[in-house]
Amino acid sequence: MREKLIEKGLLLVAFSAVAMIFLIAYLIFREGVPLVAKVGVWDFIASTRWAPSKGSFGILPMIVGSLEVTLLAVIIGATLGLSCAMFLAEFAPRWSVRILKPMIELLAGIPSVVYGFIGVVVLIPFIRRTFGGPGFSVLAAAIILGIMILPTVIAISLDALNAVPPLYKEGSLALGATRWQTLHRVVLPAARSGIIAAFILGMGRAIGETMAVIMVAGNALTMPTSLLQPVRTLTSNIALEMGYASGDHQAALFATGMVLFVIIAILNTIALVIARPRT
Amino acid sequence: MGKRLILRGVNLDIEANTIVSVIGPAHSGKTTLLRVINRLIETQREFMRSGDVLLDDAEVRRLDIDVLRRRVGLIFATPVPLPGTIFDNIAYGPRLQHHHRRQQLADLVEHSLRSAFLWDEVKDRLSTSALRLSGGQQQRLCIARTIAVDPEVIMMDEPTSGLDPISTAQIETAMRELKKQYTWVLVTNNTKQAARVSDKVAFFLSGELIEMGEAAQIFTKPKDPRTDDYVSGRIG
Repeated sequence: MREKLIEKGLLLVAFSAVAMIFLIAYLIFREGVPLVAKVGVWDFIASTRWAPSKGSFGILPMIVGSLEVTLLAVIIGATLGLSCAMFLAEFAPRWSVRILKPMIELLAGIPSVVYGFIGVVVLIPFIRRTFGGPGFSVLAAAIILGIMILPTVIAISLDALNAVPPLYKEGSLALGATRWQTLHRVVLPAARSGIIAAFILGMGRAIGETMAVIMVAGNALTMPTSLLQPVRTLTSNIALEMGYASGDHQAALFATGMVLFVIIAILNTIALVIARPRT
Repeated sequence: MGKRLILRGVNLDIEANTIVSVIGPAHSGKTTLLRVINRLIETQREFMRSGDVLLDDAEVRRLDIDVLRRRVGLIFATPVPLPGTIFDNIAYGPRLQHHHRRQQLADLVEHSLRSAFLWDEVKDRLSTSALRLSGGQQQRLCIARTIAVDPEVIMMDEPTSGLDPISTAQIETAMRELKKQYTWVLVTNNTKQAARVSDKVAFFLSGELIEMGEAAQIFTKPKDPRTDDYVSGRIG
């Protein structure tokens, strides 16, 4: 009897988590869909003019901005993160792993507003002086995000590397392969799906991040044509304007969330498909 | 912390082109002996050894580790095909050394598979995954893979412990046939197997080499009573 009760209780909790996702999706879509229907799907996602007070709702520059910032952030985070994971998994002495791993995990606990703050104080002036432009830019946002996704990328790709059976490594070493040859010819291919999943989950984090991006990206409503230009992402758009939006304007922000929701759902699906163990 | 002596006072000669079996109960240091010889032991933390391990006349620690491991191959108890095709598995070692043309590589793969008596079974599916082979085939694949890097010595760590009698017989045949080209060191828990294939047998107990001699002598009139107990099945 007690068994049954606990079982049912856990089932209920599990389903309420799923219900939450559907609830969020429902609310966003309920508010967003009518506006998109009114403006037209194509005009909404492919027009470059965003002027809510004049009835223009085109979010293309923000879609492009989000994707551009995210892609660059993943390139930065994946390169640094995978290198770091490879070092920790294969080369680092035991004592250094004991120090490095908790410190990397600590990165995940720093509030995003602090990342943004460091970006404004250190990174923006640096970019302005070195490359010119306003400093608030695609590049600044991508670098900050690249650092922010490091803990995700490192933790998941490290797990993937450590999950490769030691017998593979020894088999390769016994054939005269060096440690590096073993790593890049045996361990990396064997951990491939886990590593890709790490990148995609990092990508999901990057595309959803808001506060740090608002602080360093400049938030201009133009099509970003250079990495040194300011940019506004989908998430920034919602956060910046939700405070005073009403009517169609507010609905358009929900619709922006809808687009974001769809993009993230697509990324997660890709991650699931790739991370599935090959049979 | 955790210091443990695994092998002590071991002194043995392995002659070229013979099959030497190393027998003894579990935890007598047989596997460690093999891993000391090809220095795979160095992948473990905190390991020390004193004394010399000589390959021809060179201390193994003086040799480049990749050269040493090509000269002295090691085959594990569990056959582990690398992820990839049968061809890729055999070509793995040669490819590490970069200087192979396609045709040369194909010839080498065929030669290695023939040597391990596997060619006829896999020649039509070289580009399928090695993981689909049976256990016995996988172990012969591992032997072929080792042969492909042209070793002088092939060490095997209980290579047939997970295999059926037919696969075991195939591997023993391969060893006998290839004695002309390689020196074999066979760690085995199966004293009957040691009796079937070896020229010489070394008996280990608790990290010590108790006795080494011609196979016939070890199994019929061992000098040490402990050897007698083990080969006659009273201990171990």
